[in-house]
Amino acid sequence: MGAIEGRFSDNVIITSLDYFINWARLSALWPMTFGLACCAIEMMATGASRYDWDRFGMIPRATPRQSDLMIVAGTVTLKMSSRVKKLYDQMAEPRYVIAMGCCATSGGPYWQHGYHVLKGVDRVIPVDVYVPGCPPRPESLLAGVMKLQEKIRHQTIAKVL
Amino acid sequence: MTPQEIFDNLQAEFGDGIIDFTEKVDTWIRVSLEAIASVCHYLRNEPGHDFESLMCLSGVDYEDHLTVVYHLGSYAKKHKIALKVEVGRDEPKVPTVEAVWRVANWHEREAYDMFGIVFEGHSDLRRILCPDDWEGWPLRKDYKVQEYYRGIKVEV
Repeated sequence: MGAIEGRFSDNVIITSLDYFINWARLSALWPMTFGLACCAIEMMATGASRYDWDRFGMIPRATPRQSDLMIVAGTVTLKMSSRVKKLYDQMAEPRYVIAMGCCATSGGPYWQHGYHVLKGVDRVIPVDVYVPGCPPRPESLLAGVMKLQEKIRHQTIAKVL
Repeated sequence: MTPQEIFDNLQAEFGDGIIDFTEKVDTWIRVSLEAIASVCHYLRNEPGHDFESLMCLSGVDYEDHLTVVYHLGSYAKKHKIALKVEVGRDEPKVPTVEAVWRVANWHEREAYDMFGIVFEGHSDLRRILCPDDWEGWPLRKDYKVQEYYRGIKVEV
């Protein structure tokens, strides 16, 4: 029995600030409405009733200013890459990126001969979770989201040396 | 109207402007560079031909020359024909058919974007797919992709 146990009434919760902040961040990952190719169809399916990412507190936002998460769903062309960078820069921190599908992770089928495709979105913005597949099924994307939640759960606001 | 009849009509009207006729799945007529604009105008407006639809306008690189292919169709007469016009690789210039079919505007911009074919008289000849500051003509056989685009590495 510790010194503080039993000293407060029921509605007082004691936790660490890290745990509380991480819990808040990972429970409401608002993704930006942002689809670039066929992966966007799977992303929409993930948001629809059968898979329902609302269970994770994910509500698509129509502006980068209100978003925490950018799901790069599809082929990033070089023409688009500067726009992707700009949208990422407009998001408020903390911000996270999921590279969904082979195109966003590595260029996918455009790896060798696609002169117009960026060979992986990590050439312009930092990526937290890569979801492989062409396109990934909704389960894969949800697994990616859960992986990101796991990553956020172990973050700390302390300076890590 | 059969392709042969269309070819005969064109030859009677334009003479040397019509080069030859190849019967294939998409039967095509080779037309000289000088005649192409007036041939298109003729096929669009002459009664009996009524090619009111430019179904596709595309470029081809045959390494020693470039070609512009016009796929024409008629909903009224239910017939089709393709026209081909050849142009040199250095400074390729083809007269525009934008005044005949408005849709040619975007198709010609695409051919310009991919092959660098300049359509003279076009009202708005800009790249349509690639970024404005892209270098080179991607669908040419001797195309070499640029190393960097706005500081982003392009190749693997």
